[in-house]
Amino acid sequence: MTKQLMRGSHAIAEAATRAGCRFYAGYPITPQNELPEYMSVRFAQLEDATFVQAESELAAINMVMGASMAGVRAMTSSSSPGISLKQEGISYMAGMELPAVIVNIMRGGPGLGNIAPSQQDYLQATKGGGHGGYRTIVLAPCSGQELVTLTIKAFDLADAYRSPVILLGDGLMGQMMEPVIFPDPIDPAALPKKDWTLDGARGRDSRLIASLHLDPTEMEQFNWKLARKYAAICERETEHESYLLDDAVVAVVAFGTAARIAKGAVNRVRKAGLKAGLFRPITLWPFPGKELRDLTRTIKSLLVFEMNFGQMVEDVKLSVGEQARVHFHGRPGGIIPTPHDIGAAITKLIHRYGL
Amino acid sequence: MGITKTIFSGFGGQGVLMMGYVLATSGMHEDKHVTFLPSYGAEVRGGTANCTITVSDEPIASPVASFPDFAVLMNTPSVMRFEGGVKSGGAVFLNSDLVELRPKRRDIQVVAIPVNNIAERLGNARSANMVMIGAFVQKTGLVSLKSVIKSVKSIFETKGTKVHKINTLALKEGAAFVKGLSGS
Repeated sequence: MTKQLMRGSHAIAEAATRAGCRFYAGYPITPQNELPEYMSVRFAQLEDATFVQAESELAAINMVMGASMAGVRAMTSSSSPGISLKQEGISYMAGMELPAVIVNIMRGGPGLGNIAPSQQDYLQATKGGGHGGYRTIVLAPCSGQELVTLTIKAFDLADAYRSPVILLGDGLMGQMMEPVIFPDPIDPAALPKKDWTLDGARGRDSRLIASLHLDPTEMEQFNWKLARKYAAICERETEHESYLLDDAVVAVVAFGTAARIAKGAVNRVRKAGLKAGLFRPITLWPFPGKELRDLTRTIKSLLVFEMNFGQMVEDVKLSVGEQARVHFHGRPGGIIPTPHDIGAAITKLIHRYGL
Repeated sequence: MGITKTIFSGFGGQGVLMMGYVLATSGMHEDKHVTFLPSYGAEVRGGTANCTITVSDEPIASPVASFPDFAVLMNTPSVMRFEGGVKSGGAVFLNSDLVELRPKRRDIQVVAIPVNNIAERLGNARSANMVMIGAFVQKTGLVSLKSVIKSVKSIFETKGTKVHKINTLALKEGAAFVKGLSGS
């Protein structure tokens, strides 16, 4: 396997193709335009793949919905305001239990925001985003290589749980080039057969996929079914990285780009003899709350660092309760913080509590 | 060597991003950690393009350089913008054919290279960026000239041997020019 220097959005697109994705629809928006650009070229090389530059975000997500119903691994991508437009479709897919991968390369604020790297959409991604009380699995990569592994994982999870999965990145993840290694491509025909798709009813009973349940009893049963599915996901699918936590007195909790920079900060203060570590949620939903709570047996000070003004910190507080002091350091708006910046915040905390 | 950050900057069309791409690819071939971060988004015609390359022995936390070790500046606006940020003891590489301005700072090294002239003499003005990257690696030793030649071969392979040859020649000429300066 050879290393390739590749832009993040291209790495996602190539990984999706190798994961057996054969349908892509999207509508352009910076900073993720290189993803559909790559897809348009890559899918043209394949006989069984379809690329559509749709007329709108809404059209794109509905095309993905249709492809998913037909059993194809399908994907769309956008950036914050475009993801808001897709929320109706994502809610319908949750209601119809349809797998799909949705990439959000986040922007810096509400409305049009800006195109600089930010983590302003954590709450939207992890708490449902659209109407109806559904959840989406949310994966947060922090390097070029992880863009590859998590994109592939996103397709597997989407199929396993018949659920939309969101890959949550930012302009830095999307634009930066890093060396990546790809696994061999999967043959879509070799994927487990789906027994629910709408692929023509010749020789079998017809099937119906709909999110409308007019009978309240039926609707209640369906919602409980979703609840059981989400509980199973929470039980089985949390993923996180622990870095230098064994002897740490302070744990920085951060995801994605923020975690990558926080790791540099941890290394920086370690050189100065300060015992800090990093807890990095890789799945944002399900949130690795139990693992974080376990950590508070030995570490009583947590520093949540996000490129927003405080979103994941709510999940951290819910997870640890009174077991640890939870502090927050944020840079909202697209400023890329430096390891020095976070290092200073860690040092301040260590002084404040005499750790 | 630790961690070294370089900013490449110039007009759109001067091959600034390609210089960065060649350096990052070469670092990767030497099994170093590398990142390439381009400026992106709302750019204007005739405006500046820039990218930041990090080459490191250890994993790279932030691909951003607030204080780069080196700056490769292909036009005057780039000098105005980036001279101030270069680390004390660092170096700037100037395209002396286009940049009349000279850095005011005394704590950084200035390497002036007439890359346009050299490239034109070689028969292809468009290879000025390759002259510069050849000079840059010869002076800094950040990666070997050999790795750069290998990278350029792999990058330009699809464009035919003529393009690859002129670029390789430009790399070597850039390196030779720097060698000729005070025997460095």
